[in-house]
Amino acid sequence: MFARAPRGTSGSREQKKRDFVPYLYVLPALVAYSLFILVPWAQSIWTSFWHWDGIGAATWAGLENYVAVFSNDDLSIALRNGLGFIIFYSVIPVVLGALLAAVIAARPRRGTGLVRTVLFLPQILPLVAVGVIWRYLYSADGPINQTLSAIGLGGAARAWLGDFVWAYPAVGAVGTWVSTGLCVLLLLSGIQKIDPSLYEAAKLDRCGPVGLFMHVTLPGIRKEVVVALTVTLIAALASFDIVYVTTGGGPGLQTIVPGVLIYRLVFTSNEVGLACALATVLSAIILVFVALIGRLGREQT
Amino acid sequence: MNQKVSQLMSAAFLLLAAASVIVPFLALVSAALQPATTLSPRLEWPSDPQWGNFAEAWTSAGFGTLIASSAFIAVVVVPISIVLATLAGYAMGTMRMKGKTGLFVLFIAGLTLPFEAIVIPLYFSMRDIGLIDTQWAVILPLMGAFMPFGIFWMRTHFESVPQEIIEASQLDGAGRFRTLIQILLPGATPAVTTYGLLTFMWAWNQFLLALILIRDPSKRTAPSGLGTFVQQYGENIPLLAAGTIIVIAPVVALYLVFQRKFVAGLVQGALK
Repeated sequence: MFARAPRGTSGSREQKKRDFVPYLYVLPALVAYSLFILVPWAQSIWTSFWHWDGIGAATWAGLENYVAVFSNDDLSIALRNGLGFIIFYSVIPVVLGALLAAVIAARPRRGTGLVRTVLFLPQILPLVAVGVIWRYLYSADGPINQTLSAIGLGGAARAWLGDFVWAYPAVGAVGTWVSTGLCVLLLLSGIQKIDPSLYEAAKLDRCGPVGLFMHVTLPGIRKEVVVALTVTLIAALASFDIVYVTTGGGPGLQTIVPGVLIYRLVFTSNEVGLACALATVLSAIILVFVALIGRLGREQT
Repeated sequence: MNQKVSQLMSAAFLLLAAASVIVPFLALVSAALQPATTLSPRLEWPSDPQWGNFAEAWTSAGFGTLIASSAFIAVVVVPISIVLATLAGYAMGTMRMKGKTGLFVLFIAGLTLPFEAIVIPLYFSMRDIGLIDTQWAVILPLMGAFMPFGIFWMRTHFESVPQEIIEASQLDGAGRFRTLIQILLPGATPAVTTYGLLTFMWAWNQFLLALILIRDPSKRTAPSGLGTFVQQYGENIPLLAAGTIIVIAPVVALYLVFQRKFVAGLVQGALK
């Protein structure tokens, strides 16, 4: 090793400099990240312990805002709706994605490249634009209802986003539309890494297509399933854009999610402390879920 | 026979999935070309396509200004993010540092953080320092927000560079900075390009930060301008559809050109 330079003092100065230089490279990124992400995060947590309207003096609230998050109906509905979106943003896309990826991988044919390109498209769009598109599709005399009438199901037509029963699944389905393509590509890259000899062996054991999927494909893409669930779950819990544009949280509170409620609490009802408490609970829930999914993925491997 | 049926079924399944993505786009394009008076356009190719809707959305509906505002944000954020992430990723991927793991965990924690958790304090801080209603109110937080993925992405790249190359360069007398610029950066172009494309997309698509930190609708980003526009003029569907197409055009164009890089970035970035 070159640890001991033969030049005495200048060597040891060099040594010190060496320890110090890497931090200089990290410093700009760390400053940007600390100033604009970590500090506001800490401020948000701190504010959550205060009653504050954003203008006047704040008064200490202790845990009162947190009690409100769990006992106040509006706030707990928002959390429940956000959690329910996991079905639409994560579970259905992973299941659909696994099936589509398995079909694509089973027999690569002409056109699958194009199908992949198309399926991934919603993933790169601004979610606001996605919301605008679906707002139009779902409108009272919009394309979905036109199609239903055309095939003789006019009775099922309705103003989907204004319907107390259907608004929630209708907004959720938009999340499914966005997430599925990412899941397909993630799971496909997992399937392509599976050793083909495993399939040969399973076929010798007389596994059919379903058996192959259950016994070879699924166990082989465990890691990719974990990643797909993690990424889409964060998107579900932190959803804002699609809901804000399509329903604004309505009708009533049928589609309210934490993001939209936080916006309303700050800019409509001036309850800044409460909004920060809700935001803190939201980020804690996300962290817990990400940790849980990660642990599930590590078991049995 | 049985095999044929299952082949047909899987082809039909793929077609159905692709159609469910494409049809909404076709509906959007057809809506954008309908005469402005139609309330909810029929799902059909217009007999007299109104290409003028795009011009009207660009000028009178103000999407031109919004696009310029969005473009300014992206043009500032993307290069700065690339420089910061490359420097930090280089150090964390190739140099010995005490506390490197802790630092890395600190950055990575940001990957799970929703914008909802930081936007309220940002609003009050930006107001206090007078940056609210300027594009800088969005530019500064985005630079920070892109660091977790950026450091993760660039560190992974630099870790994959053989250590001998770096040692050889330093034996030739190059300092760390010259090693980065002259030896490593040319090989890092694919990683940097992918990161640049992704940050462009994330900056362009950003809605929540722009909505809250730029309260003046005329200075907002294209997506948040679109959000305001829906609330105000939601009834004029052809104009709204034309505006939507203008807003999504830049990312869709980039995606179609750099498709592989987008997909590889999002998929590998998530998997690594």
